[in-house]
Parts: sequence; structure tokens; C-alpha cells
Amino acid sequence: MNEFARNLSWPVLFGLLLLSLFMILAALAPLIAPYDPWEPGRPFLPPSGTHPFGTNDIGQDIFSELVFGARISLFVGFFASFVSVAIGTLIGLFSGYLRGAADEVLMGATDIVLIIPALPLMIILAAHTSPSIWNIVIVIGALWWTSTARVVRSRVLQLREMPFVEAARGLGAGDCYIVFKHILPNTLQVIMAKFILAVAGAMLTEASLSFLGLGDSMQKSWGMMLSYAFSRGGFINGYWWWYLPPGICISLAVLGFVLIGFGLEELNQDETAVNPL
Amino acid sequence: MALLDIINLKTYFPSADGLVKAVDAVDLRIENGERLGLIGETGCGKTVLGMSIIRLLSSSTRIQGQIIYKGRDLLGLTEDEMRLLRGGEIAMILQNPTTSLNPVLKVGDQIAEVIRLHGGLDKKAAKAKAVEMLAATMIPNPLMRADQYPHELSGGMKERVMIAMGLAGQPSFVIADEPTRGLDARTKAEIVKLIRDMTAGRSMLMITHDLKAAGEACDRIAVMYAGELLEIASAELILSDPCHPYTQGFVHSLPSRGLQPIPGSSPSLIDPPSGCRFHPRCPRSMDICQREHPPMIRLHKGDFVRCFLCT
Repeated sequence: MNEFARNLSWPVLFGLLLLSLFMILAALAPLIAPYDPWEPGRPFLPPSGTHPFGTNDIGQDIFSELVFGARISLFVGFFASFVSVAIGTLIGLFSGYLRGAADEVLMGATDIVLIIPALPLMIILAAHTSPSIWNIVIVIGALWWTSTARVVRSRVLQLREMPFVEAARGLGAGDCYIVFKHILPNTLQVIMAKFILAVAGAMLTEASLSFLGLGDSMQKSWGMMLSYAFSRGGFINGYWWWYLPPGICISLAVLGFVLIGFGLEELNQDETAVNPL
Repeated sequence: MALLDIINLKTYFPSADGLVKAVDAVDLRIENGERLGLIGETGCGKTVLGMSIIRLLSSSTRIQGQIIYKGRDLLGLTEDEMRLLRGGEIAMILQNPTTSLNPVLKVGDQIAEVIRLHGGLDKKAAKAKAVEMLAATMIPNPLMRADQYPHELSGGMKERVMIAMGLAGQPSFVIADEPTRGLDARTKAEIVKLIRDMTAGRSMLMITHDLKAAGEACDRIAVMYAGELLEIASAELILSDPCHPYTQGFVHSLPSRGLQPIPGSSPSLIDPPSGCRFHPRCPRSMDICQREHPPMIRLHKGDFVRCFLCT
């Protein structure tokens, strides 16, 4: 980690700054938000001293909505990414380590999932399940694991030929033990980069699904805010304070994750170039 | 009964150019508590012989013969039965500690793993035992070193960790592959002494191209050339008065004995020379050496040699 700290470039620093900003918003939402985001009031107020980002069609404070929305958006992002990376890692580990028929079957399945157009399928799945954030998490998780599986597999193919794997076997370690104790820890770096990038993807997907009206209407995510702003005339009437803030928040949060993720991937590549382990 | 009795072992690898006969009809016996050095040039098949015993070769390898360990033929065991033997009964210390240690695990944990795998101790007790093992390898400050990663250790210290790992399961038989490779003279001497001390009471097969190290750590020495054993005798005899011209050449190539290299290079293992495999490089080659393959002859006191000159 020391090395990571020394190699921090400004894009990564900027990403970390954005990310910590949104994390603080999400963690301290009740303290930061001036109003209860569900409480109705005077509608369509433009930004002012009392309502920094104005109010929406039923008079809810948009700034408070944004602050609480950070919780939902980040939660869905992290959790969906966790599910997808966990699935991808398991598949990558086993297909890379076992090779042969298991590899063929698992990579075949990966290719099939890969060629399915993800968003339309997610729309169908989300439409046929009840709209809840858990279903969104599962739908994203079940479709986003393919690139993790491929990256982890290629790394495992390298690692399984390393002498320390042979050394462990020479001292009596079994397959499962080798996979989880020796190979998995060596793939954590690439998994971490994939995880961060997948959070960005999951947040965008959540926003898209919510915008299309397939989100959980009981939860105020940034995507749901955009969706309401669109369906209740915010765009047509030019109430920019209603739709710009959630849009900007989504963009900045995704940008933060992407910058960190790319930074991590670049670091991995540099290390692989110096030390092809 | 001998601890390990290798009978007519043949380990062949299929390759694009033909069958590589890495180990060709090897007979070797290791007694209980005996430490045997296996000496040979790079590529003569000595590591493959070690790997054949512990069965760490890829599935495409063809192994024939018998490897009788404590009355059981290792080549007849299933992979699961073999896994139970590895580490606890027979341990292998692989060459090159820099790549044979997992870079992302603390060395103390890597030793503790082996202890847990075989001793059934809980995590804490295993860790304490690992530090004890490290201390036994004379590593300075073992408590601190146990919490470090392989890249924080010097080559000599990593070799000590490898030895501690290899012996952590309390095996009766240790196969050490090139334990002194890449170490400076002083560290090498320390490691050889350490191996000698720590394997006391166990049997060992030490694979090396360092005749001096083998002479110091081992009771007997077997000399391997192009997949075959050429001479087996006590360490003193091999170093002082070997019979086989190849062993003589090997001894004369030692810096302390004149640094005279053996001319030529190791033959191909796919298509070895006819007759005696060493005859193209042998300074005392005779006509018969080209035509006939010399048999392994038993000399007095259980020494063996494969040379027409020694009959």
C-alpha cells in the first residue's frame, strides 16, 4: 500500500477526493441534510438561501434528496459490484485452475452472458420482478461478472504455474487450499481494480433502470430523482435545479470510481511489466 | 529394510522432438537416517528424479518402475493418498526460494500453514511453532521476520524459511532441491551446516551441483549423468578417490582442486550417445565404451560404479 501511496497521480487523487466527498455525504446524511427529504412543502421553488437547490413538484427539498440519495446510489453500486465481482472471481478461479472441460464450460457460459445485450435484459428482468433495490442489485450482479471472470482466469493461468504453487503441493496442500490460500490472495490486486470499476458501472445501470421507471419508488436514489424530474415536467418546464444536481452527482461519483479504477489497473500493469509474476 | 528403494525408475517426457529420457533406469536405495547427495550437471535429470519420488510431475509424464517407500510403492498410490504423504512423511524443499515462496503471504504464516496442515494445531499455536522453527534455522530476530513478506528477506534468509517450511511437518524424508543455489560462499557454508543439523535423524535426498556442499551435508553421494547414475559411494570416497572418470572430472572442476572443467557439454536426453553415455567427453575412453553400455557394477561395501575401467 505504501507503493500505491507513492504512485498516486493527480487523477487518482481527484477520484479519491470525489469518492470521500460522497462517502461523507452518505454517512452523515441526517446531519448534513437540512430537511427530511420526504417532507412536502411549496413546490417548484428555485434555489434560494432556505432551499439551496430549490424544491421539486411536491415541495421536497432537492439538496436533502441528493444527500440521502447518495446513500442509496452508493449502496446499490457497492453491493451490486460486490455480487458481480464475487461471481466473476469464483468462475475465473476455477476455470483457470482446473483447465480442461471445466474451463471450456465456464468460459463458454461467460461468452454467452457476454453477448447478451445487458441493458435490455436488465430492463426485462427488472420489469418482471417487483421493483426493489435488492432485485436491482441481483440483476446487475448476475450480468456484470464476465470481465472479472476473464481477467481473473488469465491471472490464475499465470499463477498456477508458479513455483510456490508447486512448493505448496510438495508440502501436502490440496487443490481447494491452493486456490483459496495461495492463488486468490495473488489476484486481489486485479480484483480490486475490477471491483472499483464495476461500482461505477453498477451506479450508472441503477440510474438508467431508475430513470426508465424500473427503480424502487420507495427509495430516493439519484436515478429516481431524474426519473421524477423527467416524468413530472421538470425538463419541459426548464426547472434546471431539479434535474441538473442528480445528473451532476451521478457523473462525478462515476468519474471518481473510474479514475481510481484506472489508476489501480495502471499500477497493476506497471508492476506486471517490472515483475511478470 | 531400506527407507526408500527406487527400482528401475524411468521418467520420460513426450516432446516435439521425441521422448526426453530424463531419468533412465535408475536404481537407488536410501537407508533410514541416511543423507544422500545427488550430484550432476544442469539438465542431467536430478530434479526430475526428486519430483518423481514425490510425484509432482505433469500428467503427460510417463513414469515406470517402482519407488518403494516404507514398503509401499509410491507410484501405485492415488493422488489423495500421495497428498497425505507430502509434507508430513516426505517433504520437498524446492529450488529458488525467491519464486517458491508466495509473495503476498507473510513467511511466518506460510510456515504455520504447513504445521496446521499436518499437526492439527490451532492458528495461534501453529504461529508460535512457526516462529520456533524460524529460530531453529538461526534466523536473527525470528519473531519480527515471521511477520515479514518474502521480498523483505535476503536470499539466505529466504532459504532458511524454505528449510523451516520443509521441516515444519516433521517429515521422515526430505528432498532438498539445490538448497545452496545462488548464495554467497559464507551463507552457503551456513546453510549447509544448518541442513546437516536440522536433518539429523531424518533421511534426506539433497539434489545439487555443488559437490563441496554435498560432501559436507551428506553421508553418501550418487553421481548422475544424462539420466543415469554413474557412481554411488560414500561422500569421502567420492571426494578423495572416485573411480569413474566423470566423477574424477567433477572433483577436479572444484576450485580447490584445480578448477579444471570437463570438456564438452551434457548430451541430449532424447538421443543419448551409444555405449557409455559419457564416452564422447571421457579422457580415458576406449573402443568398448562406444559399443557397449557399461552395467552398474557393485564394488566392495555397497558402492556402485558404471565404468569398464573400474572392474
